[in-house]
Amino acid sequence: MPILQAKQITKYFHEPETVQVLKGVDISVEQGEFLSIVGKSGCGKSTLLYILSTMDTDYEGTLNIKGEKLNGWSQNQLARFRNENLGFVFQFHFLLPEFTALRNVMMPALKLGKYSYAEIEQRAIDKLRMVEMDGFAHKMASKLSGGQQQRVAIARALINDPAIIMGDEPTGNLDKVNSQRVFEIFQELARQNHQTIITVTHDQDFAAGSDRIIVMSDGQIVRE
Amino acid sequence: MKRSLTLEIALTHLLTKRKQTVVAMLGVTFGISMFLVMISFMTGVNDFTKNLAMEEAPDIRIYNPLEIEKNTIIAKAAPDTTGNLYVVHHQRPKNVVPKLRNAIMLAQSLEAMPEVKGVAPQVATQVFFNNGPIRITGSLQGIDVKKQGELFTLARKMDAGQLIDLLGINDGVILGYGLANKMNVGIGDRLSITTSEGSILMLRVVGIFSYGLADFDNARAYATLATVQKVMQRDPSFITDLHIKMYDNSQAKAMAATISKRFGVHAEDWSTANAPLLAGESIRFAMTGIISFTLLLVAGFGIYNIMNMNIINKLKDIAILKATGFESRQIVGIFLWQSAIIGLLGGIVGLLLGYGFCVALSHTPFPGGSVVRIATMPVNFNPQHYIMGFCFGVITTVLAGFFPSLKAAKVDPVQIIRG
Ligand SMILES: Nc1ncnc2c1ncn2[C@@H]1O[C@H](COP(=O)(O)OP(=O)(O)OP(=O)(O)O)[C@@H](O)[C@H]1O
Ligand SMILES: [Mg+2]
Repeated sequence: MPILQAKQITKYFHEPETVQVLKGVDISVEQGEFLSIVGKSGCGKSTLLYILSTMDTDYEGTLNIKGEKLNGWSQNQLARFRNENLGFVFQFHFLLPEFTALRNVMMPALKLGKYSYAEIEQRAIDKLRMVEMDGFAHKMASKLSGGQQQRVAIARALINDPAIIMGDEPTGNLDKVNSQRVFEIFQELARQNHQTIITVTHDQDFAAGSDRIIVMSDGQIVRE
Repeated sequence: MKRSLTLEIALTHLLTKRKQTVVAMLGVTFGISMFLVMISFMTGVNDFTKNLAMEEAPDIRIYNPLEIEKNTIIAKAAPDTTGNLYVVHHQRPKNVVPKLRNAIMLAQSLEAMPEVKGVAPQVATQVFFNNGPIRITGSLQGIDVKKQGELFTLARKMDAGQLIDLLGINDGVILGYGLANKMNVGIGDRLSITTSEGSILMLRVVGIFSYGLADFDNARAYATLATVQKVMQRDPSFITDLHIKMYDNSQAKAMAATISKRFGVHAEDWSTANAPLLAGESIRFAMTGIISFTLLLVAGFGIYNIMNMNIINKLKDIAILKATGFESRQIVGIFLWQSAIIGLLGGIVGLLLGYGFCVALSHTPFPGGSVVRIATMPVNFNPQHYIMGFCFGVITTVLAGFFPSLKAAKVDPVQIIRG
């Protein structure tokens, strides 16, 4: 049973004029898989990823994650589902600038409320150590470099041990060294923790290193 | 845990935008403190004037009013000639004797009523006060010294001398402060009075009173019933007014009607006699209400704007929080906390500042001139006003923050994250 299964995903944008961006995409991902989605700019990769992430609910088709059929869920139900099961890494690091790195990482776990405060803090430090950012735990997010912020964002995506980690060009703003490091972290998560990774990327090396590559063109999957 | 998380985020936002937070708070602070100053001063003035007029005024006054006879004498004389039309041009008031019939008996019956605290009989007349060439008109009121002292505040309003000094000598008089000044007389001095009928009497000043209201202080004098009856050349049963004090003066209107009906006399209650004063009071209250409401509304709009701007600046944060699993009500919570905290802190500072202003105002000399004589501004310190101002302030802020917060909860994270 695949951990994520999407069938016949179709999406239109109506502004400024109606365009069909996704044309019946079928995608199925197994647990522990490290998947890359590539394709020309504007072909609909990000659009697809945000539908898979449950944040965009305005589409046709069905979406199943961890055996749950997510169509028709309310925004609040989906928010809780994301909180527990999905982790995100964005192209622009998107940390809360007024909080420390540690606080940023802790935030989704505090929201989930599954562990005590002390446990959450310890787990957050562990995740930061994993991305080699534990030395910066108490620094303000806004005072970190782009690469550092991206690694903190990855630690945040991992804090609730989500089944799936999604990234929209997570290395898009990073140099070669930092990109390589992010790649290694993702690979380790997939190999050792059996967490599923789905990333959209333009980085040839990054994609080449992953388990599976999906190539998109004009709203369709053209090659697996 | 979750609630304190939204609170923590709210606090962090407030603390990092300190300047903006303080500006928003100052709006509330200013609104509430001005509201307090306004309402404390207004009610202070209201209470002051009302007390002045009320303490000394009877709750119900019984007297013979001057009235034009509605039915003409001819109509009375031939009542059964229906269909006839009588026209009397320029009818004169008939000579009403101001004397109350059976006043002493009436007073006793009234005092027996359980609602009545006491009845003070009076003989009031217009006189000229003369001292050398000075002639001033005023009213001379003959009072039952003991009753007047018990029921009214005169004894406590004495600038010099005492009310009971009237009993010590024959033909003593207590003058209003303004009147004594104009006549240039003090305690022990003598002055003469002339009635409209022309009789003259020498009086000795035994005291000077001051209510603080020019109407009273410049034109009124008190003597014993006997003295005034003597100068009017009337017998001791001659009483013109009965002044009734009740235990509960809110019953005065109903009671006045009862008395009129039962005893067939003209009984007028306090609120009827002082209608203009009460009208002034309600106008002042309405004005206070409108101005206070406007102040709080302006503060509310300020907060609405600031919260809106705040949310526009925080769109990214909202998107991250939603993407990582925060639900709508928690997003609302974050921003509602912010306005609640602004409201609470601004409110508390506003209360302190408002209290400070009120204290300062209550020590400010009052330029009453000769109209009212009080040293400082009348300011009312009523805890209810403070509770009211605080509640209004906090409710306005929370409401002003509520709509922007709802907007924040509706932010679509996808749009923001893709840029
Ligand atoms: N909010 C929107 N309204 C209208 N059209 C949109 C909107 N967002 C995206 N599109 C269009 O949908 C198409 C797919 O966009 P999408 O962002 O998914 O592309 P992408 O494959 O991620 O490209 P890139 O590699 O440049 O990020 C594009 O043609 C884009 O112009
Ligand atoms: Mg994209």
